[in-house]
Amino acid sequence: MTVRRLVTLAWKSLWLHRLRSLLTVLGIVFGVGSVVAMLAIGEGASQEAQEQIRRLGSRNLLLASIKRPQAEDAGEARTRLLRYGLLRKDLDGIKSSIPEIARAVPRRDIPLEARVGGRKVSTTLMGTTADYAEVANLRIQSGRFITPADGHARKPVCVLGDEVARKLFRSIDPVGQELRAGKHYYRVVGLLTRRGEGTGGTGGSGGESDMAIFIPLETMRERNSDLIVVRSSGSFSRESVQLHRITVEAASGDEKVIERVAASLRSFIAARHPDGDVRITVPQELIRQAKESKRIFTIVLACIAAISLIVGGIGIMNIMLATVVERTREIGIRRALGARRGHIVSQFLAETVLLAIGGGTIGLGLGVGLPLLVTWFGGMRTVVTPFSLILAFGISALVGVVFGLYPAARAADLDPVEALRRE
Amino acid sequence: MTVVAQLQDASRVYPMGNTIVRALDGVDLAFERGSYTAIMGASGSGKSTMLNILGCLDRPSTGKYMLGGRDVSDLEDDELSRERNQRLGFVFQAYNLIPHLTVLENIEVPMEYGDVPPHEARERSIALATRMGLADRLDHRPNELSGGQQQRVAIARSLANDPVILLADEPTGNLDSKTGKEILALLDELNAAGRTLIIVTHDPKVGARAHRTVHMRDGRILRIDENGASA
Repeated sequence: MTVRRLVTLAWKSLWLHRLRSLLTVLGIVFGVGSVVAMLAIGEGASQEAQEQIRRLGSRNLLLASIKRPQAEDAGEARTRLLRYGLLRKDLDGIKSSIPEIARAVPRRDIPLEARVGGRKVSTTLMGTTADYAEVANLRIQSGRFITPADGHARKPVCVLGDEVARKLFRSIDPVGQELRAGKHYYRVVGLLTRRGEGTGGTGGSGGESDMAIFIPLETMRERNSDLIVVRSSGSFSRESVQLHRITVEAASGDEKVIERVAASLRSFIAARHPDGDVRITVPQELIRQAKESKRIFTIVLACIAAISLIVGGIGIMNIMLATVVERTREIGIRRALGARRGHIVSQFLAETVLLAIGGGTIGLGLGVGLPLLVTWFGGMRTVVTPFSLILAFGISALVGVVFGLYPAARAADLDPVEALRRE
Repeated sequence: MTVVAQLQDASRVYPMGNTIVRALDGVDLAFERGSYTAIMGASGSGKSTMLNILGCLDRPSTGKYMLGGRDVSDLEDDELSRERNQRLGFVFQAYNLIPHLTVLENIEVPMEYGDVPPHEARERSIALATRMGLADRLDHRPNELSGGQQQRVAIARSLANDPVILLADEPTGNLDSKTGKEILALLDELNAAGRTLIIVTHDPKVGARAHRTVHMRDGRILRIDENGASA
């Protein structure tokens, strides 16, 4: 008997009991569907996370000033001056003492209001140097970024994030215009390209540049003291921070180099800031962690998949066993007419495999469709990988064979004489 | 005349509880090519057991069954299946057609297992169905046919692989007497054309059409009547 004939025969017999066949494969349908869908959602989330981390720069190491945990919850913190974070001399120390770094770029942030005419917007004034655009991977839409000359001359110039520009200037080209930030006036010399934040929008260095105004660090230092007054829920708190962030670019993106730079930075910071007011972030380590957590997610998923497919397979086996009983007479007739045991096995196996693959295919449709809905309504990125499709298809075929063998063997082992006698 | 099938001291015993049932008890019986034999007896006489052994559906516990000069009593299951497929044709009381297959597909079943190429099987099944007077019923399913028509399909199917021996188990048992006679006439015709025919029946009128009637009781042959009339 040809394979084609076998499949035709199996299809006919399944089609004869359409509803039953459909109900039988539901387990596989939802098993495969959920696996493909979850893989797609997991892959999407993972790619999103890795991209966000990559935006920080894979050659970069980030130092950020953070409030000391113990100071934060102390009641007196509100009235006292809070002094913490990176110092200008840290920057010089890093530049001079740590090998294998290409550059170290400082940044200081002051939250304030910017105005143009009657429009005002809450923004962050970021004082930095010319290298920052490159290190933070910012792109210029029009005009230019701040230059070393701007810094030396302490020029009152600024570069706008896309969103700030939109809010302050609407459709007017902001380059060449003036704005007021806090108490001082700045001339706009450049406009940044919108970074956006994918679809998630969870801050990070990408999103914050859209809402920032960049000025030369030297200009900032001249015009603003290190003191920052933060207004929060009716009370003031005063903080003194010299630098909020130092972005250290390693000499190369090589993992070993990054590791060495990270180690030197850690010991440098540990020596100078023993009370933990500086946090070190290494994007490359984060990527590794993201990959690791994705691996764990995949393993957990595989376990769920295995369980649901076993349940689905048992469902199929159950029905096939009932079918064998129901069709005992047909088996007897076929045996009498010359069917060998192998023929009976392949007949029933063909039915189970067809059922399982059919269920797997419907499940695939479900698994591809569901992530589309999640992307459409939930705004989450989802990626259906070819690997998951092959996996789902292969596994459902395998389930068909594994769970079809026993019923098929039962059918083939029936005694022809007994089987013929059965009504 | 050549002997196409022969039981030699064939017995079939079943354990049943603590006792052993001798369904067939040392039977010697030969079937010549083109012969027409009726096997008669009450239920439990061993006639069905004998038919099962003759049909290679069962094996004798002791003794031999020679089919076409070959001892088939010790053959493997697959070999027995091949014998059934190639040398034997079955006609059952309950027709035993496969309900979800059409007339043509039913007739093709033995050919599928005999690895006849599909187009040839289709040609042969059409020819057989036509010969059985079913030319206008080719795509019908068994439940759309009368009892007589179903039995004709079954006969066509039994002839699919051109078997040496035709085994009929109460072929008219489920039919009214008129249709039954037509079916018997059809079987007579096949026998007249040279096919060896073995019919199991409890109806003396059916038995009387055969060349000889084998009477069974308690697993043994009680007597054999030669019926000169039909020769």
